[in-house]
Amino acid sequence: MQDPGLLYVIAVLLPLASFLILLLGGKRLGIVAAYIATAAIGGAFVLSAIGLVRYAREGDLFTASHHEPAAGQDHGHGAAAPAEEPSGGHGTKDGTLVWKGQIRWAAFGHDVIRLGYAVDNLTVVMFAMVTLVATLIHIYSIGYMHEELHEPVHDPLAVEPGEPPLERPGRFPRFFTYLSLFCFSMLGLVLSDNIFLVFVFWELVGVCSYLLIGFYYERRSAYRAAIKAFVTNRVGDFGFLIGLAIIWTTLGTFNFEEIRAALADGKLTGALLTVAGLGIFCGCVGKSAQFPLHVWLPDAMEGPTPVSALIHAATMVAAGVYLVGRFFFLFSPTALLIIAMVGAITLFMAGTIAIVQTDIKRVLAYSTISQLGYMMLGLGVGGWLAGLFHLITHAFFKALLFMCSGSVIHAAGTQEMPQMGGLLKKMPITAITMLVGTLAIAGIPFFSGYYSKDAILAYALHFWQQAPQTGLYGVIAPTLFVLAVGGAAITAFYMFRLWFMTFVGKPRDHHVYEHAHESPPTMTVPLIVLAVLSWCAGYSFGLGQPVIELALQNGPAGQGFTAHPPHATHELAGTFALGAVIVGVVLAVIFYGVRLLSPDEVAAQFPRLYRFLWHKWYFDELYAAALVRPVLAFSRKVRAFDWNIIDGIVDGVAYWTARLASADGRFDFWIIDGIVNLVGEVTYWCGERLRWLQTGRIRQYIVFLVVGTVAVLALLFYVTTLFAR
Amino acid sequence: MSDTILLSAIVFLPAVAALILVAVPGRQKELIKQISFATTVLVFLLTLVLLAQYFELRDPATGSWPTLAERAAAAREQDLPNDLVVRYPWISAFGVEYYLGVDGISLPLVVLTGFISMLAMLASWGIDKYVRGYCILFLLLVTGMMGTFVALDFFLFYVFWELMLLPMYFLIGIWGAPSRVEADGRVRGGPYAAIKFFIYTLVGSVLILVAILALYFHPAEPGAGPAYTFDIMRLHSIAQQAGVYSLGFQLLIFVLLYIGFAIKVPVFPFHTWLPDAHVEAPTPISMILAGILLKMGGYGFIRLAYPIAPEAAHYLAWFIAGIGVWNILYGALAAMAQTDFKKLVAYSSISHMGYVMLGFGVWTLMGDPDKWSMAMNGAMFQMIAHGISSPAMFFAVGVIYDRIHHRDLNRMGGLANIMPYYAGISAIIFFAGMGLPGLCGFIGEVFTVLGSWQFSRLLAVLAASGVILTAGYILWTLQRVFLGRPSPEMFGEGHHGDPNALPDLSVREWVIAVPMVIMAVVLGVYPDLVFRFMEPSVTQLIQDLTQTLAQAR
Repeated sequence: MQDPGLLYVIAVLLPLASFLILLLGGKRLGIVAAYIATAAIGGAFVLSAIGLVRYAREGDLFTASHHEPAAGQDHGHGAAAPAEEPSGGHGTKDGTLVWKGQIRWAAFGHDVIRLGYAVDNLTVVMFAMVTLVATLIHIYSIGYMHEELHEPVHDPLAVEPGEPPLERPGRFPRFFTYLSLFCFSMLGLVLSDNIFLVFVFWELVGVCSYLLIGFYYERRSAYRAAIKAFVTNRVGDFGFLIGLAIIWTTLGTFNFEEIRAALADGKLTGALLTVAGLGIFCGCVGKSAQFPLHVWLPDAMEGPTPVSALIHAATMVAAGVYLVGRFFFLFSPTALLIIAMVGAITLFMAGTIAIVQTDIKRVLAYSTISQLGYMMLGLGVGGWLAGLFHLITHAFFKALLFMCSGSVIHAAGTQEMPQMGGLLKKMPITAITMLVGTLAIAGIPFFSGYYSKDAILAYALHFWQQAPQTGLYGVIAPTLFVLAVGGAAITAFYMFRLWFMTFVGKPRDHHVYEHAHESPPTMTVPLIVLAVLSWCAGYSFGLGQPVIELALQNGPAGQGFTAHPPHATHELAGTFALGAVIVGVVLAVIFYGVRLLSPDEVAAQFPRLYRFLWHKWYFDELYAAALVRPVLAFSRKVRAFDWNIIDGIVDGVAYWTARLASADGRFDFWIIDGIVNLVGEVTYWCGERLRWLQTGRIRQYIVFLVVGTVAVLALLFYVTTLFAR
Repeated sequence: MSDTILLSAIVFLPAVAALILVAVPGRQKELIKQISFATTVLVFLLTLVLLAQYFELRDPATGSWPTLAERAAAAREQDLPNDLVVRYPWISAFGVEYYLGVDGISLPLVVLTGFISMLAMLASWGIDKYVRGYCILFLLLVTGMMGTFVALDFFLFYVFWELMLLPMYFLIGIWGAPSRVEADGRVRGGPYAAIKFFIYTLVGSVLILVAILALYFHPAEPGAGPAYTFDIMRLHSIAQQAGVYSLGFQLLIFVLLYIGFAIKVPVFPFHTWLPDAHVEAPTPISMILAGILLKMGGYGFIRLAYPIAPEAAHYLAWFIAGIGVWNILYGALAAMAQTDFKKLVAYSSISHMGYVMLGFGVWTLMGDPDKWSMAMNGAMFQMIAHGISSPAMFFAVGVIYDRIHHRDLNRMGGLANIMPYYAGISAIIFFAGMGLPGLCGFIGEVFTVLGSWQFSRLLAVLAASGVILTAGYILWTLQRVFLGRPSPEMFGEGHHGDPNALPDLSVREWVIAVPMVIMAVVLGVYPDLVFRFMEPSVTQLIQDLTQTLAQAR
């Protein structure tokens, strides 16, 4: 193929084709819909694997390099680590390989908007991850969504008290239709070479998310969650739009490379640059469920579990992190500091909430928010490599964890962990794979999460060491690191709590336990594949550095941002992290493993804190009281204003015009016409009175004539003499 | 010569058909509808021919078009066969001409008019009352609308503008909802809405007429006698000479035209005729109202107000753009509080047309004219996009109203399972209205906002915040209609039935909805389809205006 980038274009279009076929095919496709969708995304995976191999070879991705500690680097804007080849170098690598192409899409005067694709090392890595996870989740969904093939489907969760039971048609093909549309949008997002097209796909993945969260749209909770997700994301997109406006107005281009070049020329600097960066970041806050727009993600768990795994854990929610990484050169130091702070607050807050939740999916949702916070923190403190590395490893182990939870829910028929317990015996594959995921996310050595989270902590510590020790930075920088280390302990605690509560101990609900069984192979095989990846995705395979890090480092995407913290910093941070993790695991074992202490008693000791965490820091209540209800109340005011004042004035004008017309009518009748009539009547009256003169006698008339003539003449004479004088 | 026939046919074919219908016996309802529909189809096809002809005009070497002003000036000397300008004397004593022409600004609106008229006529099949009268008035309305968009003589423009008014009055008054008394004692209904619409528009027309006469009697150059011209292109060129129209005169003209056109758009506070007219009118007439009539206001701005009074337009830029943003937010908030499905869609129109006014208004000499061109193009595109999504939304309301005989959003619900195809089609339509990327509404909104940033950051931010409110009310609406379980009070008073037995879209409804959905997608994915011929004209206009103002300074 002439341009290997077309491999990727085709890979994006495959799910689109599948979407269109499924849309037109509709219900009659049945289970075939799943095969078509899976084939499409599987094809995309194969293409992206071919692309990965070709790119790795041509771009020389997996050449090990000794990373030199870059001393005195400015967070994030330091120079790339010089590649020093000890022996057997794989040829020169300049790290500029990009496969690209574009079309003219619209033009206004001299301004031209070109849209296109660009494949660099970040695209290659993201693409491989997304297609792989998506393919596995498609396969898993064939098993998980099987109920939707039956007619009719009973949905007890949609029935409110007092309502009749619900029987509805199955929606199996529709599920895969939406999934295909999502895959198309997500892959398009990753492949875009410009921020405008990213925005387009950004919104499209948002719609897919809306449609899939609201998949069980008879349920009140589901459609509310769907609307909440979309509107919250729109708040972020509002900022995104402002960022776009600044970029377009000042730089006249949307293309990432051109923006990078223009920024290097200093065409956009100062406060406006920071605002542009924060605008784009605002979109990322919405999409990646960061504080303060994180509230939609836990509710999004109303969607089917494969959706939670694919969209709300592995791919779409990571798009915000991806975009911060992709657009890293846009962020000024101030913007980066704010990104780091948002990340740190998010990871800590979400971790604390996860501790007390009892719904298995909600725990995982808060854990996702928390991990996304880690990635943002990593990027914010200048750890471009670390943040994106964690994105990839997290995608694997979080998809795994969600799919395991789905397997549990599928088997147990409940999402409440207090009703589970002892499921290890009933579903060993699920339990073991979930344990692998738990070890990975908790950051236990030799599992992927350990390497990526360690890297983030190292950057955070390095940031602290490099930052000025006084002033604002002197407070913020240590806080970031402390929150990150504390978060590591919390993560380990709530994840082991989850695993213990679900799989070990005595069964707490007999019915649930009896009902439980291991899932079919369509579901367990993807679990095993992901478990393997969760285990080894952080490994270096003898290349001296984790392969994912290498792939991210040796290409054009992060050029200038891939400096490593010094080795000593890395080790110190690693020690802190391991210590924190051990504390978290030990506590979890004490409370939930061997049950030396009862968590209920601890909760009773701190009732206020417990309520605060149980109510998720009261964000929902706050937003409802401070935003949603006031806006609705205000909109009712506007409606009333429109009806009473504006329309009231219009009606009032009409009313008074009518009144005036009627007054005019009366005036006309009584006054004008009255005068006319009066004149007539007076004349008539005079006539009546003068009638006696009309005698009919000639002589009398002649006398009148003579007297009258003389009188007139006398009058005339008098008047003329009067004027002559 | 051939363009004379083509343009005249597009304008007058419906009127001729209306005349023929007079001779058809009124009880032949099907035949009357078929004749009317065939006419609108033919007119639509002719507009497509016109579009193709317009592409013939393009200079293949440079890819640019001769401007309308050039073609109009040439047509003054002799009538060229294919210049798409028609010029014949009509009332010679006053210099009134039969003078039509199209360029990239009017052409998209002409095609849109043909498209929506055709679909609205198809949607009129359910009309059973005085069918012949309805169809005659409908066809006269089409003539009025087409004429307004292609007239280049101000007097002729005014004639068409008024011509459209009368059929609309009867169509709303007679075929609209019957009169009723609201809770607070105010009378509403078809007759009320018709009078309101009529008087509002008439007030605007009178102001436009005053402006026309003021321009007619104003000298064409300093010190000369009155210009005595109704030629719009001539007025443009007079306005482009510095010092002919003083700023004071321009302000007078602009304000007169502003109010006249703002009523049509509609711009706050002249908007309250719209919810009444839209809500009370029968579905096809709502489609026409929202799809085309509102655009006549926007067209008036770009064709008349801006080129004839550029200095005033620039002077009032903040006012125009500010009111536009006000429209966006005010309309969105008012829509959010509605419980009547149709009224909600009506207020969403007010909100969406705010983007058009914003895009027009953001003229600053301080910045890059290409950014204003982007905003102006965005505004024009918004008119086309809204011309597709909004009739589609009204159509969607009509579909459910025909089945359950009320429009109360709180008494619907659960239709996604009962009428799945209707739900799917409606979702696309409402997403298009919401400005989802990949659908037509997005392009206009985003380009307008991007283009307005250099004019005023505050206005751009406020306009951008409209996307949140829009998402809120559209999604909430979709939820109340389609999601959840069906309301136990699904049917209107005096109607009964099983909610689960509601029929899905009929064949005719499919045929109406699908073209609009397809256009919404096509324009959203590939807006260049319209920009290709619209953008050169708009950008040309912007260059002319900017140059005029530079000379005046």
